[in-house]
Amino acid sequence: MGEGDTGIYKEARMPTITAKPGIKHTLVVLLEDEPGALNRVVSMFRRRSFNIESLSVGHTEEANLSRMTLTVAGEDNEVEQMVKHLYKVLEVVKVTDVTAEQSIIREMALIKVTADKPESRAEIMQFAEIFKARVLDVAPDSITLESTGPEDEVDRLFSLLRRYGIKESVRTGSVAMLRGSSVAGAI
Amino acid sequence: MATTTSTQQQADVRFTQRELDGARILCECLIAEGVQVIFGYPGGVLLPLYHVFSEYPEIRHILVRHEQAAAHAADGYARATNKVGVCMGTSGPGATNLVTGIATAMMDSAPVVALTGQVTRSLIGRDAFQETDITGITLPITKHNWLVMDTADLATTVKKAFHIAGTGRPGPVLVDIPKDVFTSKTYFTGYPTEIKMRGYNPTVFGHARQIKQAAKLINEAQRPVLLVGHGVTTSEAYNELMELAERAEIPVISTLQGLSSFPTAHPLSLGMPGMHGNLHANHAINESDVLIAMGMRFDDRVTGNLKSFARNCKIIHIDIDPAEIGKNVPVHIPIVGDVKKILQVLNLHVNAAKHTEWLEKITHWRGKDAARRDNEMARLGVLPPQFIIKTLGEVLGGDAVITTDVGQHQMYVAQHFNFRKANSLISSGGLGTMGFGLPSAMGAKMALGENVPVWTVTGDGGFQMNMQELATCVQEKINVKIAILNNGVLGMIRQWQQVFYDGRYHSTPITGPDFVKLAEAFGVRAWRVTHRDEVARTIQEANDWDGPTLIDFIIPQGENVFPMVPPGGSNLDAITEA
Repeated sequence: MGEGDTGIYKEARMPTITAKPGIKHTLVVLLEDEPGALNRVVSMFRRRSFNIESLSVGHTEEANLSRMTLTVAGEDNEVEQMVKHLYKVLEVVKVTDVTAEQSIIREMALIKVTADKPESRAEIMQFAEIFKARVLDVAPDSITLESTGPEDEVDRLFSLLRRYGIKESVRTGSVAMLRGSSVAGAI
Repeated sequence: MATTTSTQQQADVRFTQRELDGARILCECLIAEGVQVIFGYPGGVLLPLYHVFSEYPEIRHILVRHEQAAAHAADGYARATNKVGVCMGTSGPGATNLVTGIATAMMDSAPVVALTGQVTRSLIGRDAFQETDITGITLPITKHNWLVMDTADLATTVKKAFHIAGTGRPGPVLVDIPKDVFTSKTYFTGYPTEIKMRGYNPTVFGHARQIKQAAKLINEAQRPVLLVGHGVTTSEAYNELMELAERAEIPVISTLQGLSSFPTAHPLSLGMPGMHGNLHANHAINESDVLIAMGMRFDDRVTGNLKSFARNCKIIHIDIDPAEIGKNVPVHIPIVGDVKKILQVLNLHVNAAKHTEWLEKITHWRGKDAARRDNEMARLGVLPPQFIIKTLGEVLGGDAVITTDVGQHQMYVAQHFNFRKANSLISSGGLGTMGFGLPSAMGAKMALGENVPVWTVTGDGGFQMNMQELATCVQEKINVKIAILNNGVLGMIRQWQQVFYDGRYHSTPITGPDFVKLAEAFGVRAWRVTHRDEVARTIQEANDWDGPTLIDFIIPQGENVFPMVPPGGSNLDAITEA
């Protein structure tokens, strides 16, 4: 190479995959309830650098079958790759992207809010009523609420309660189901 | 009263339904799968299994000197015949030594079943002696793996393992068997005839409408190219490929893994594209209007910078793995399925055609690099490695199968060997594993038998990684031929240091033993070659020798492989001198 060469020869670097935010997709995955199945799915996501925003998994109406709801972010072709790679996991039986469909998506959150002044207690109770959140526990300086709803509604409740100080919170991640009589896990 | 010996009694009673220990169940399952060879190395937890091997003479166990070689041998065995190769290692270090070989098989889609012993079930998870979580370690590098916790599950697991390894897109699987699963008994009702796996359903037959659309596109193409990869070899679609190429007069470009699925000397063969590929192959891809890709995955060594790869064409992508379609390159007509089966239908719809102008253009490009190649080959005063490879091809004719190690010599084989026989190149492309050459040749030789010469071409660096396997070749009488291109450096890395890293040759000069003396110490006949005139003669002598042989070819240190596309660069910007 000649002296003073710059550009690709001196700075040889591989193109990087920049994960653009993209739209949030919700995937419903039916998988066999074998030991390590969940591990395989999550390991595959890590290995392929796919980002999991939330994951919720539990039993289904069928024995030996688990149902996992994943919210992932990515461009369309990236999500297509995720679906194809999910199918490569032996235990995965069916994958449905319910994002574009008419679907019911719900998440649950438990929120422990600081509530040591009478005015703030009253306001918090009002928000609870407006958002149909249940009051699970009341303490001298805090109130614990349970909120169930679509992810963005739960987000909104959080942002309203933030002002009072959130002592502790836990979110389950979304679960999803198709509207009408179609079944997301129809095999 | 006649009395039968105990072995005769055992022979009578084998393969009947009865209470049986896991070790014998495993052996009966392997025989039911048609396994004839296992490459392995014993260890504490495998003792119950080795104890019963003598009762099953159908299975030949090849004792290696390092488990990595067992895995590479199983891989070479599998690639040579498209049968499933089997390797075995004990728990702990035996299992971890298999890892590189399993990853190699994964990256090149070779069907391998790796069996590992595991510590007794009650000790698992307690850091027992020679315990490792091999199923956890091999999660990302196997199609699937199992830890058998119940002897009653062993037979079904073995069936699933072989099925998954050998079907769809082939790949390695691992079955981890604890010591007390080998020793405990269960009622064995015979090898299962079928198994149900809901989550495994590879598509074999391509979608009829997609195939018709592809045929239409091909029929309208002015400048078509075929880009073939390992999938053609796996599905043995050689005749179908030839028919398509010749009927529609479409030039054939082959990835490293696809080489030898189409004869190198055929007028339509353009050889390998990509980083060290032929300039005319890269230009042909760039100027084509229809690219028919089959059984290949648009790896970065083939495409170069994706922004400038195949910009002007529509792409038809035929592959058995749907995840590969659209992964790196946008595809216009995807067809998921087995290459052979799809081509059989596609060929019914593709019309005979001529593309004289297109081929003339390609011939013109071919000429651009011809002078450089000829000069390279004809140099006097040195022994050019390119000349050695070309001569190897001439002397061996079309009979031999070649395995390579990894490095410059591997590229020379891809560029200069005249492949005449289908599936005659076995090379670690995806993982690029040094040390693959000799053990994979051992495996291929075991698979192909005495009538097919098996040669491995290796560098002095890669050879030193598994040279202990010379002992395996001698003990097990495996008649492989070894050609070392010896330049005293790690050539490919040295080349990159020269071209991209200011010529700072750190850790690339590498010494080694006198390979001829080393071979003779192992009991292998060996020669040293330093001059062009000795090459053909020595190759012939080594090939004819009844036993493993080794040739130490002394080649110049500063050799470079050209053409070369810089990393991140476009395939059209290959350099042809340093």
